Amino acid sequence: MRYLPLTDEDRRAMLAKIGAPSIDSLYSDVPQSARLKGPVDLPPVLGELGVERYMTGLAAKNLGAGSCPSFLGAGAYRHHIPASVDHLIQRGEFLTSYTPYQPEVTQGTLQYLFEFQTQVALLTGMEVANASMYDGATATSEAVAMANRVTRRNRAVLSGGLHPHYREVIATHGHYTGFEVAAAPADAAGTEDLTKLIDANTSCVVVQNPSFFGHAHDLSALAKACQAAGALLVVAVTEIVSLGAMVPPGEMGADIVTAEGQSLGVALSYGGPYVGLFATRDKFIRQMPGRLTGQTVDVDGKRGWVLTLSTREQHIRREKATSNICTNSGLCALAFNIHLTLLGEAGLTKLAELNHATASRLADRLSAIPGVELVTQSFFNEFTLKLPKPAAQIVEALAKRRVLGGVPVSRLYPDDTKLANLLLVAATETVSDEDIAAYEAALKEVLK
Amino acid sequence: MTAPANGQGAPAQNAFSPGTISGNKGLQIEEPLIFEQGMKGRSGVDLPEIPQHKDRLGALKRKSEIGLPGLSEPQVVRHYTKLSQKNYAIDMGVYPLGSCTMKHNPRLNEKVARLPGIGDLHPMQPVSTVQGALELIDRLAHWLKVLTNMPAVAMSPAAGAHGELCGIMTIRAALLAKGDARKRILVPESAHGTNPATAAACGYVVDPVPADERGRVDLAAFKAKLGPDVAGTMITNPNTCGLFENDIIDIADAVHNAGGYFYCDGANFNAIVGRVRPGDLGIDAMHINLHKTFSTPHGGGGPGSGPVVLSKALAPYAPVPYVVHGANGFDLVERGGEAFGRLKGFHGQMGMFVRALAYMMSHGSDGLRAASGDAVLNANYILAGLKDEMSPAFPGTCMHEALFNDEFLDGTDVSTLDFAKAMIDEGYHPMTMYFPLVVHGALLMEPTETESKDGLDRYIDVVKGLAKRAKAGDAAYFHGAPYHTPRRRLDETLAARQPVLRWKPEAPKKAAE
Repeated sequence: MRYLPLTDEDRRAMLAKIGAPSIDSLYSDVPQSARLKGPVDLPPVLGELGVERYMTGLAAKNLGAGSCPSFLGAGAYRHHIPASVDHLIQRGEFLTSYTPYQPEVTQGTLQYLFEFQTQVALLTGMEVANASMYDGATATSEAVAMANRVTRRNRAVLSGGLHPHYREVIATHGHYTGFEVAAAPADAAGTEDLTKLIDANTSCVVVQNPSFFGHAHDLSALAKACQAAGALLVVAVTEIVSLGAMVPPGEMGADIVTAEGQSLGVALSYGGPYVGLFATRDKFIRQMPGRLTGQTVDVDGKRGWVLTLSTREQHIRREKATSNICTNSGLCALAFNIHLTLLGEAGLTKLAELNHATASRLADRLSAIPGVELVTQSFFNEFTLKLPKPAAQIVEALAKRRVLGGVPVSRLYPDDTKLANLLLVAATETVSDEDIAAYEAALKEVLK
Repeated sequence: MTAPANGQGAPAQNAFSPGTISGNKGLQIEEPLIFEQGMKGRSGVDLPEIPQHKDRLGALKRKSEIGLPGLSEPQVVRHYTKLSQKNYAIDMGVYPLGSCTMKHNPRLNEKVARLPGIGDLHPMQPVSTVQGALELIDRLAHWLKVLTNMPAVAMSPAAGAHGELCGIMTIRAALLAKGDARKRILVPESAHGTNPATAAACGYVVDPVPADERGRVDLAAFKAKLGPDVAGTMITNPNTCGLFENDIIDIADAVHNAGGYFYCDGANFNAIVGRVRPGDLGIDAMHINLHKTFSTPHGGGGPGSGPVVLSKALAPYAPVPYVVHGANGFDLVERGGEAFGRLKGFHGQMGMFVRALAYMMSHGSDGLRAASGDAVLNANYILAGLKDEMSPAFPGTCMHEALFNDEFLDGTDVSTLDFAKAMIDEGYHPMTMYFPLVVHGALLMEPTETESKDGLDRYIDVVKGLAKRAKAGDAAYFHGAPYHTPRRRLDETLAARQPVLRWKPEAPKKAAE
């Protein structure tokens, strides 16, 4: 087996040194009844060629999002990833190292995490950010848990514009950890008023901006209402590129900002691994979940970095930890960090503008088709269309024409028949004029 | 004899001082933050001009500057290359972090994860366009179920701790279905910190179970704690002392007789893959760290993946989503049923699934059995090689990791930490220190199966040499180690007392409240 360096001769010599007759004898603590005598019923060893052939075969059964015009969003976005990002994250020193618990031999990881934390804080308009969570949904759920700790209350108000997966993850945690969830109904129109759901036991109000349906909102008034009620405003951002073009949540008065960072540097990869971003105010540092990298000096007085404030974390604090998270999304955070470094201020703002322009043009073209109505008036790179037929059917029909036309809202809200005709459509910089034309033509055809 | 001239002028006056003008030391090159080398207007990405369009952001348009630095592509490539060179990695040598399973990461796995038909799939594509992806998830689930002899697996958890959350929530859901979620979870004192943190996060009181003198769960103490308010137990097996819990079947029976469930922390599954099936031990739920056991890379702290295999009793309560065989091929269940809910956006860590399946297929059932055997052999070889110079925490052989206490350092004024830092200078990543907590000054070494005998011989020689050096009274050397790293010992107290968690342009030092 190509990954196993020991030869039979090595094994014999090593067993002799140990004083054991066989490898099997090293398993003598295992109850006899539970010891397998031979290999389980699975295929035998396979060379690289065989594995690659199998995987290529599976890949061929899929329609790659990059192989056709693609307009999918709903929390994951197809952006162009510069070649150097993928090259750099595959350097073995990054790829095959562990969590930087020994700072003297992990300054590379620690420095990029420090840069990542800074980038996230800057983008969101917040004061401090952690070294990543699993994804946007779990980060948002952790934000609710943190708001409960900070306010000593246990009721979360969830916007109807929050991604349904995020809502379900929070509701699941609420159900098992014992906090209450007040979830507003799906807000396709973007007109909900959450202030009336806030009560004296509300720890936080969770909104997404732009919303799941694409609506871009000014959250300043809601922030004031939260503050007046002693609740925290949690703002989730599922399309992080939007912050290159939009007023950041921090400037609107958010107390915690969570985000899905996939759009920068991270492949779609059928939904994961992604990278959750988590940012907040300095005053809440000690209530934050997850790892934090901090600056310090070494014995020679040179600047360096370490994991810090670990007394919040499970490996020190055990059942009193702020979260049970251990492994997070280090390598995806690196990809995010590198992509954003390549873009810089000028690149990110232009990329964001390009996304907005492309989506705006697409919205004009599609909403001009008879029977198609644009539901979202103010949006970034994703909007909701109301179709004359159930959107799920249309999406299937478009896929047969090799156009991935969007996400039918019914996939996420299968029980709400009022939403059946709604289609979420996203357009990033990867959408060309030809793609727009192809979509327009295909949609006209399937609506006939 | 005079010092040889280099042919480019006279040698510097201070020719024998090791200091340099730049602060660099040969291949160790100082590297500032990106924020300290950026220039306005510069970018490493070229984008087309913005086409004419109707603005739909209005007053929500960003007015303030973000503050991001501008770097060109060559600067970016150098920056991260230089940063990478400040890291130790499996690719460089033995990385014996006990409990973390730092084994070789095959590059084939990286290659197949990047096939466009896999890496470039959107999670919300119609299922008719992702049949290969669903088949892959189903196939991986099959391997996991066969290797564990468990009937079901929840694939979505994003890491080990997330899998624990999944498992304990599943147990809670099953108990709630019977009308009583119960109150306590029994957790051995030797457990990973994630176990008590998870139980507490699910609303349970953590009831610690002591270890006996053999480093195993004290069976009598365990049984004494069982009662009608015990929801279950979380036990790592092989345990964090690197030992197999030989009473495990009795433990499982006792928990079941008390009406509770048995959660197994599968962090150490790599020791028994292909040799022992958790389903044969009475386990109800166990997460599998794909990034440990099946070698998807650790990536400096993630991403991971933590599928949870479930017993027949718990299978109905698995969270969404899951793959089923439908009339038109594979289908994805995203809502409903008795499922306790959802733990994550979308469907799980697909990128890790591909890598893990490639790893498993590469080994095959015979190779996986050989791998776990070699992992155990390598750990015992280290134990045998070091037992005379160091102090094994427990007598006898071990499973996949060798555990020592700090008795061998008694009277030397060298601590486990000092010892670890000296290993760094020798070119090794240190072993896990001070864990498990039940062993004083613990030094936990896990070589994994991907180390050669020659490599282990060299490692053993170096560690033995350090132990001898410590005993010879060279404490001052250890206190100062490491000497040869890009940074020497860092002031962790300062970092925690005056947290600086981000770069700031004007006042880089800021005290938090």
